[in-house]
Order: sequence, then structure tokens, then C-alpha cells
Amino acid sequence: MNDVVTAIQAVPMEHYVVLSMILFSIGMAGVLFRRNTIIILMCLELMFNSVNLLLTAFSAHHSDPGGQVFVFFIMLVAAAEVTVGLAILVMMKRNVDSVDINQLSRLKG
Amino acid sequence: MQYLFYLFAAISIISALFVVGARSPVNSVIALIVCFLSLAGHYILLNAQFLAMVQIIVYTGAIMVLFLFVIMLLNLNKAIEPRKSLVTRVAAVSAGGLFLLTVLGAIKDGIGLAKPENYDLGVGLVKSVGNSLFTTFLVPFELSSVLFLSAIIGAVMLGRKETTTKPMVKSGDEFAGLNQAEHVR
Amino acid sequence: MTTDILATLVPAFPLFGAIVAASLRRSLKGNAAGILATLMIGLSFACSVVLFMDHQVVGALHAAGMHQEVPPEGGTHIVKLFDWIHVGSMDVPFAFQIDALSLTMMLIVTGIGSLIHLYSIGYMHDDERVATFFSQLNLFTFAMLLLVMGANYVMTFIGWEGVGLCSYLLIGFWYKTPAYNYAARKAFVMNRIGDLGFVLGLAWLFSVMGTLNYTEVMARAGSLSTETITGITLLLFVGAIGKSAQLPLFTWLPDAMAGPTPVSALIHAATMVTAGIFLIVRSSALFMFAPITQDVILWVGLITSLLTASIGVFQNDIKKVLAYSTVSQLGLMFVALGLGAYSAAMFHVTTHAFFKALLFLGAGSVIHALGGEQDIRKMGGLKGVTKVTYVTFLIGTLAIAGIPGFSGFFSKDAILMAAYQEHPLLYAATLGVSLLTVFYMFRLLFLTFFGTYRGKAHPHESPLVMTLPLMVLAVLSVVGGALNLPHLIGGHETMKHYLGTAADGISGEHLHLEASTEWILMGITVALIVLMIALAYNRFVKKTTLDPEADKLPFFQRLIARKWLLDELYAKLFERPYAWFSAHFESIGERKVMVPLMVGTGSTANRVGKLLRRLQSGNMSFYLFSMVVGLIALLAWTLYHV
Repeated sequence: MNDVVTAIQAVPMEHYVVLSMILFSIGMAGVLFRRNTIIILMCLELMFNSVNLLLTAFSAHHSDPGGQVFVFFIMLVAAAEVTVGLAILVMMKRNVDSVDINQLSRLKG
Repeated sequence: MQYLFYLFAAISIISALFVVGARSPVNSVIALIVCFLSLAGHYILLNAQFLAMVQIIVYTGAIMVLFLFVIMLLNLNKAIEPRKSLVTRVAAVSAGGLFLLTVLGAIKDGIGLAKPENYDLGVGLVKSVGNSLFTTFLVPFELSSVLFLSAIIGAVMLGRKETTTKPMVKSGDEFAGLNQAEHVR
Repeated sequence: MTTDILATLVPAFPLFGAIVAASLRRSLKGNAAGILATLMIGLSFACSVVLFMDHQVVGALHAAGMHQEVPPEGGTHIVKLFDWIHVGSMDVPFAFQIDALSLTMMLIVTGIGSLIHLYSIGYMHDDERVATFFSQLNLFTFAMLLLVMGANYVMTFIGWEGVGLCSYLLIGFWYKTPAYNYAARKAFVMNRIGDLGFVLGLAWLFSVMGTLNYTEVMARAGSLSTETITGITLLLFVGAIGKSAQLPLFTWLPDAMAGPTPVSALIHAATMVTAGIFLIVRSSALFMFAPITQDVILWVGLITSLLTASIGVFQNDIKKVLAYSTVSQLGLMFVALGLGAYSAAMFHVTTHAFFKALLFLGAGSVIHALGGEQDIRKMGGLKGVTKVTYVTFLIGTLAIAGIPGFSGFFSKDAILMAAYQEHPLLYAATLGVSLLTVFYMFRLLFLTFFGTYRGKAHPHESPLVMTLPLMVLAVLSVVGGALNLPHLIGGHETMKHYLGTAADGISGEHLHLEASTEWILMGITVALIVLMIALAYNRFVKKTTLDPEADKLPFFQRLIARKWLLDELYAKLFERPYAWFSAHFESIGERKVMVPLMVGTGSTANRVGKLLRRLQSGNMSFYLFSMVVGLIALLAWTLYHV
């Protein structure tokens, strides 16, 4: 079944790196850019996913199942993190009645 | 094959830009769902079938729905977000761009191709992933259930409404002004 | 074994007394503090006596009676308490040395000390800080005992510093009067100048010898070169100058009369000021090899004694006369040391302790009787009222004058003989000092006790607790001469032989005058003394001549009455430039450099802190942004760093 291998390796690794990093940078810019907490959380998810993509690409190219298992775990953790993050967001909305991230500045030094 | 790759890549990038740039949160969510779907397509291109399914089921099916729920429950769609200053926006974009350049510079010497002799075609199939998960990575697998338990408990605790109305700040505090929003529901 | 315990107890009792009296000073009422302190010193004295008797059994006196040489090991007993300094090659144990010299001084310190403590119970009775007084007095005794009992120079130095401190505390005891504080400070500073010399000498000694223990130093004294020994001994003498109030560092002692009279008696007559002489006798093995230093000592002592004796003639404060007399007598002791007559000096230390303490305590009794009056021009005619004080004071005066039969006669005579042996002119000079002494002491006696009372108070005799020490000291002043009767009269010079077991220098002390010369000189001395007494009697009893104020005196007398303008000289030479320097240092160095530096450091830290505080804005976006920036920087460095 060398076709599969050839198919997979038709797209060189660098492409995947570039794509992944572009998505990561967009996500990072979004985190810095937006003030709505929900959007920030979503951009975080975007960053997670870009990393997942890269890991999967490496795993496929080097035929190592560990990469994909790791991605699986990342998804697990991301799910848990979203749960708690949204709970915090709900609490935030309840207490300061806004999801603007700059409202949470009580830890001012 | 490559054209599929470029197609999916284009969809991913454009939808990502939408996520960041959309005015309304619901629009952002929809764009993100599109992005995830395109990423699932990428996974299929890489023969990572299990992951593609998990991506669709877990990410788009569960997490994004959760996001939508929260937006709906808290009525965040109408939130008007003040714009950040120009400086901040430029700084944010520059930071992102710099990051990209840095990492791209790291691979300027190229990444070698893997040798196809010992290629295991089963990688990416459900059977193979399941095998690793239940043998080599058993402990993290079990521990993740504990993680979920704590996440659930945490979410429940945090989300509970306070039955006793304890003020968040003491009176006389300089941030007391913030609390006025609490009373103006 | 018992020697060790007793030796440790001797300084331990006063230390205990000092600590207890100080800690309980607010709760000790009435005479409790005084009784405790006196008891402590009394116990110390008892232990010293037992040690002394024990020491005698070793054979020192016996040998002296047989004119035999006592092996040095038999006479010296070291009691080591613990290893104190042990750094590299420097080994200084905390040890006491019990030998003839230290026992003599211990007996003097604790014996006269206990009498003075007893006296102070009455004298300081209605002072509000009486417990502090006794605590400090006990502390002084402790330090003095460390000084004399030390087995090495460092132990002596601890005591040296300790007595300096206690002197400062006690002189300025009535601290509410600023002038007393200046006097205390003056004493301390002058002491300190001497201490500098002492320490330099010690350092030099250690560097050439590698040890500071007395036994070792004295054994190897001959191995040093003459220049080294001269240098070391000169530096040690500088220390002695400061402590024993010789030229040029003596002006503190008359000012020290600001302290209570028992303090003057104990510290500035009997014990502390003799520390310098003790030091030199203790190091006599070193001084033996430094003839230049001995000449220096001789001249310093001689000039000091002449100078201060002349000043004493014109003083009108009863205590100041005695103070100048003390300096003058100390000068004589240094003359003796300069001549190599170590045992004569120690003998005079002992007898001087007896009668000077007596005189000071008597003066205190007079002051107490008159309710605080110290000017002799306002006294007179007290011999009918304060009988015991008068009789004891008379005995003291006779002793210091050197009337035959009294202790002072023998000790002073020993010094005069040694002086004559050196050079007849020296004898004339020391005789001159003695005659001046007679003159001003009898002036003091006559103006205080004879004639009619010129003051306004109601004189009364002092209580027994004060007069008892006077009587004891008077007896000692009379019989003290028996300690060291010269061969001429058939005595055995017991003290000289006794001390000879401890101080090597005494072995070189020989008096080789013919018997007839000695008798003639003694006769001349006595005749002139009697003449002086008659002169004084004529001037002060028959006519009651009171000196007018200093301004109205003729020039030369005015100069002397103004203490040879030494204080003014010092002020101009030292205090004024120092004050100028201090003021300038304060205005420039302190205000323009140091303060901005220190305040600036603080305010800079403050400003940096305020600047850094802006990082903690609480602004989430900023935090995220800085995280990203940090990440980029880290990545760039890792990826591009080769």
C-alpha cells in the first residue's frame, strides 16, 4: 500500500508546520486582540487545535502512534479546561456583570 | 492530493480569521466550528481516522455546543465590546507575526522525510490508537478520568449561585464602585 | 584544687553582687543593696586571705626569712578556667595567676574595697539610685580583680577596660549635672588614649613572641632585641600613663572628683590608678632590659609629681587637693619604677592605698558632716565637732607626710634612697615633692579642722558605719610600714622578698648605700618635714591665711593656681581642631554625601519599586501580552543561539 504512504508524504512536512504556526499565531493574536472573554477562550481552543494538527502530522510522517495518543489526551484536557473556564466565566458574569476581561483588575499591585 | 490539502488549509485559515475578527460571539463560534471541521479533514488526509472522528464528536459536538449554551444563557450576544486602542491592536498583531517568523525561521533548514521502510500503515486507525491507549498509556488514561471528575466538581462548585448574599467587597473599599453594577441588573 | 575554687570565687563574688544589685535595683530598699555588695566583697576578701595564707605555706615568706631563693614554679599557680581564644597559633586561655604580686593586689583591692563599701552604705544612704551605685562598685571590683589576677596580658586588658568603664559610670553617677558627664567623658577619653598605646604594645609583643601569657613572656624576655623591647615597653608605659594619670594624661583625675567620694577613694586613690604601676611591675622582666624606657618613666614621673604638687598648694576644694596629691604620689611611684626600684613602688602603692583611701573617706565624712560643702575656705574648727574624723585624718596626713613611724615614712624613704643612689639631684627633686606634699596636706588639715568655723551649716559627726572604716584604715596607715621594714632599722624587707618571687625585676633591685649615708639622709628628710609643718602651722593656724581668688594672685602663683593652664592648652591643641574637623565633616561629609547616599538609596529603591509596580496592573490583556513577548524572546534565544 505504498500509495497511502506516498499520498501522505506528498505534502511535505514544512507545509504542515507553516499551517500550524499560522493558525497558532492567529489564535495568539486573537487572545491579545479581543476583550471578550468568550472569544479569548475560543482563540485558546484554536491554539490547541493547531498544536494537535502538528502533532498528528509528525505522528503520521514518522509512523509513531504516540503522537496521536498525545493528541487524544490534549483533547481530553482541553475539554476539561473549557468546562472549568466557562464556569469561571459564568461566575465572572454574575459578579461584575460583564465579560470584559479588563474588568478583572483587582489584583492591581 | 495536495489540492485537497490547500483547500482545507485555506478554509482553516479563513475561518480562524473570522473567529478573531467577528463582532458577535455567535459568529465567532460558527466560524470556529467550520475551522474544526476543516481540521478534521486534515486529519483524514493524514490517515488519522480516529482523531478525525474524535475531533468532530468532542470538539465540534460537545465543546462548541457548550460555548453556544453559555453564550445563550448569559445573553452575551448583545455584549458590546469596546475597541482596544490602536497601539494595543498593532502590538497584538506584531506579536503574532513575530512569533510566526520565529518559529518559521527555526525550520529554515528543512525537516527531513521519514524513511518509508518500517512504515506501519495501521497508525491512525482506531485499532492502533486503542492498542496504545490501553497498554502503553494506560495510567494517563485512567488518571484522565480523575481529571474529569475534578473538572466536573469544580465546574459545579463554581457555577453554583450564592444563596447567602455576601458582598464581594467590604464597604469602604476603593473598588466598591464596581459592585454597583451588581445591583443594577 | 581548693586553690582553684577559691581563686575563681574571688572575682565571682563581686560579679554576682553586681548582677544581682543591677537586676533588682528597683526592689532593693534601704541598705539592702549596700549590705549585699559589702558582703560580696567581704567574702572575696576572706577568700583572698585564705589564698594568701595558703600561698605562704608554699614557702615564700619562710624563704624570705631565710634569705633563700624560691624556685619560680613554687611561687606561681595558674588557675585556668577555660580555653578562650584559640585561633591558629594564638592561644589565650581565660586563666588566673596566683602569685605574690597578684595576691598583694587582691588583698588591697578586696580589703580596702570592703571597707569603702561599708562606708558607702552610710554615705550614699539617701541617694535614690543607691542600688545602681553598689552594682557599679561591685562591677568595678570584679574588673579590677580580673586585671590583677589575669594570667596573661589579654585578661589584664579586659580588667583594664572594665575599670575604665566603671570609672566612667561612677564619675558620672550623678548624671543629671552636665558638668559631671563631661568629667566622666574626659576620664574615659584620656584612658582610651592610653589604651591605644597598650594595645599596640600588646600587638607588637605578640608578633615577636607569639604568646601573651605572663610566665612565658617573662621567661623569654631576654631573647628580644633592645629596640623591640624599648618599643614595646614604651607603648605599655603609654597605657600606664593613661590609666595612672601621668603627664600629659592626668587632667582627668582632678575632674573625676565629680563622682561620689567613695568612688574617689576606691578608684582614684587605691586601685584603678595603681593599675599602671601594677602593669609595669608585672612586666618588670621586660622593663629590666629597656633602660631608655626606664629613663622616660623616671622623667615623666618626676615632672608630673612636681607639677601637680605645686598645683595642689593652691587648690581650695578638699577633694581636688587630695586628687592632685594622688597624681603627685603616683608620680613618685613612677620615679621608683624608673629607677628599677619595683618593690619600693609596690610598697608605696600599698601604703598609699591605706592612707589615701583614709584621707578621701575622711574628706567624705567632712563633706557629709557639712551637708555637701567642699570648699575649705568655708570650713574650719571641725576638730572639736567631728572628733573621730579629725583624729583619723590627722593620722592619714602624718602618714602621707612621711613622719617616722607611720607607713608612709618607710615607703617614701625607700623611694628617696633609691633616688639618691641614682643621683643626688634626683634625691633633691623627690625631696622637694615630699616637702610640697607636706605643705599642702597640712594646709588642708589646718584649714579644715583648726581655727573657727567659717561656714553656715550645722556640722555633726558621721555615723559608725562611716567612721569604722576610717578607724581601720588609720590603724593600717600606722602599722603598714611593718610590711617592708628596711635592713637599716633591722627589718627583713619582707615585702620585697615576697614580691621577688613574682616579679623578676626585683632581683635587680639593690640598695647599696652605706648605712651612715642612709641615716644622714633620713635625718635631713625628717628635719625638713618638721620645718615644713611648722611653716604651715604658722601660716594657716596662727594667721588662717586664705588664698584670694585666682585673679588676684601674683603672676606665678596665678599660673599655678590655674593648673599651669594645661586644660586650656589641651583645649586649644586638641579639642578645638577636632571640633572644627567634626563640624566640617558633619556639614560636608555627612550632609552632602552620606545622607543623600543613604536617603537616596531608600528613595531609589522606592522609585524602582513604583516603576515595577506598573507591571502588576491587574490587566489581563497586559499579562497575556507580556507572556507572549516573553515566549517569543525565549524561543528566539533558544532557536538562534548557537
